[in-house]
Amino acid sequence: MRILFFLLRKEFLQIVRNKLILKAIFVMPLVQLILLPFAANYEMKNISLSIIDNDHSEYSRKLINTFTSSGYFRLTDVSQSYIDALNVVEDDKADLIVEIPKDFERDLIRDNQTKMMLSANAINGQTAGLAVSYASAIIRDFNNDIRVEWIQQPQMNTQPAIEITNSNWFNPKMNYKYFIVPGVLALLVTLVGFILTSLNIVREKETGTIEQLNVTPIKKYQFILGKLIPFWILGLVVLTIGFIVSFIVYGILPAGSFLLIYLFAAIYLIALLGFGLFTSTFADTQQQAMFIAYFFMMTFILLGGLFAPIENMPDWAQYLTYVNPVSYFIEVMRMIILKGSGIADLAKHFGIIILFAVGFNTLAILNYKKTT
Amino acid sequence: MIFIMKQLLTFIKKEFHHILRDKRSMLVLLGLPIVQLLIFGFAITTEVRNANVAILDNAKDEATQNIIGRIEASKYFNIDRTLTTNSQIEKAFKTGKIKLAVVFQSNFQNELAHANKAQVQIISDGTDPNQATTLTNYISTIVTDYQSELNQQNKLPYSINTEIRMLYNPELKGAYSSVPGVMGMILLLISAMMTSIAIVKEKELGTMEVLLVSPMKPWLVVVSKVIPYFIVSLVNVATILLLSVFVLGMPIKGSLFLLVAETILYIICALSLGLLISTITESQQAAMLVSLLGLMLPVVMLSGYAFPVANMPLILQILSNFVPAKWYIIITKGVMIKGIGIWSIWQETLVIVGMTFFFILLSIKRFKIRLQ
Repeated sequence: MRILFFLLRKEFLQIVRNKLILKAIFVMPLVQLILLPFAANYEMKNISLSIIDNDHSEYSRKLINTFTSSGYFRLTDVSQSYIDALNVVEDDKADLIVEIPKDFERDLIRDNQTKMMLSANAINGQTAGLAVSYASAIIRDFNNDIRVEWIQQPQMNTQPAIEITNSNWFNPKMNYKYFIVPGVLALLVTLVGFILTSLNIVREKETGTIEQLNVTPIKKYQFILGKLIPFWILGLVVLTIGFIVSFIVYGILPAGSFLLIYLFAAIYLIALLGFGLFTSTFADTQQQAMFIAYFFMMTFILLGGLFAPIENMPDWAQYLTYVNPVSYFIEVMRMIILKGSGIADLAKHFGIIILFAVGFNTLAILNYKKTT
Repeated sequence: MIFIMKQLLTFIKKEFHHILRDKRSMLVLLGLPIVQLLIFGFAITTEVRNANVAILDNAKDEATQNIIGRIEASKYFNIDRTLTTNSQIEKAFKTGKIKLAVVFQSNFQNELAHANKAQVQIISDGTDPNQATTLTNYISTIVTDYQSELNQQNKLPYSINTEIRMLYNPELKGAYSSVPGVMGMILLLISAMMTSIAIVKEKELGTMEVLLVSPMKPWLVVVSKVIPYFIVSLVNVATILLLSVFVLGMPIKGSLFLLVAETILYIICALSLGLLISTITESQQAAMLVSLLGLMLPVVMLSGYAFPVANMPLILQILSNFVPAKWYIIITKGVMIKGIGIWSIWQETLVIVGMTFFFILLSIKRFKIRLQ
């Protein structure tokens, strides 16, 4: 116990003395947590619009007005021809072209139908899909108004109608920040914990100080514990500060229990740090350790479901996420914070993360050799 | 002059030996971009697939069976029939078993036929608002389609039909927007990390002083350290471009020469950013923290790759201009997908050139050749 205490004191002194690293651990994650979730916004507000009005009638002007006053679109260009409008899109000055044909008004009233064209910049298929669906909705509404204008008695009610009501549980206002903040927080805690531990043992190897530790009577498990506990505490501190920030800035309080979050985070950190130490025992130089850490972190994070839902992934990628501790942490954070899931709902997650914790740390202890 | 060149060559050779001897690092440096590109290209997708939907059918009549059959037939949903009462829905959400619940009222078909009105309730898991909206829209469309087939006899007068064109990407391939983003991210992170660590390593181990007292000019020392990593990055560019075109099906509509030239410029920019990081950090650990923790999220979230810049709050829109990846992504999309030439992207190119000079000048100013 005394030996462990001395080891811990050594590690803490080393951490506290390095001001730049301390700053990097605390300030960078916080600034990012405060700023970046504001960037995560899929709600389209200012889709830039290019309009070609070949009709110049009362109706075409009315339609253009409905577009500009809808709040979704910003008229950035009025072109004379489709070719001109295409050039505007090519320069990224517009994302959607609305082309109103000649005789739009006449065809609509006399022939009972007319046709107009929407062309979207579809490099990003998702935003293009949204832009087109907003535009179609606007045209549909406009169309209904005209029908009401021309058909005197509204006969719509005589047709059978299915009434669709929808509600969104756990996040009724559909605030995207509630989704992204717990994920980003999980990610930042992971990055800090993993980078620090994966480099730590190698650093002692590279500077030669590990030899001094190796000739002492310190047991292997004491050595690993001495490395693990300080970063475990740091990780929990970063998590706590993160919660304070997300409450102050975003007003996010977990729907479930804090105790459960910390319990999970505590086990998760043991697993993550064990993995970091394990990779650290493999590398000979910090550079190697860093590249290995970078590799695993990027892969874990990309497959962790932070931005794109895991269930959308192809099957082989979903199998990979089963062995990805980061995806469990992100998922559990979201489940407890947003849905208030309890321990019974999370039994599977707890079981798996405990397995990870035991497995990685055993590997780390076994793989650490006191001889070279 | 010849003498200097010879000196430089010797130093570059030394550096190459360092890199080539470290097989593990090489493997990560050259393998990682491949893995990341493939994960991003294939696994990370916001296209919905196999979302679990619980159906609570209180009517069990022909109409509801018809609608359920349509939901089942779509590739977006997996139907979960195990739920029988309303109270089970919440539990299923909390354990993460389902993403959406559809509840049909009892006597659905009767009500629809006789009262002309029947109710469907769609309940979504709002934890991920984006996914929730998409899923709700899909189900609503299926229900509306069913209804309009019922009503087909009475065709509506005064109809505006819309023809929709998806420009540049008619099949709405996800790769079109993700590949340029991933290229911008991987090249920046890996180049900045490699250089910053390589230079800081010499500082930390004390070998930098040995180099600085050599007859070689200090800036040449730095150049000789950067060039090998530049060459490694070039190899990465080649593999990334080959994979994007032949595996992920990206087009190169514009000039290949222009694309490669712009990419080389971007790499130089990233390398000089790494250089700058190396002048402000003293240990490899700090360099790693700054280049991974400091760059990763801002690049992902502000470059316009994950979230459209136009939707962000003003301050983040301004900040996004300082992310080199943003400009590179605009350039790559333009050249690869739209096939535009240099005259359409000279401004973006100039921004990257400016940033590169800025990073280099700042590094020179901060580069210390003396002992503290």
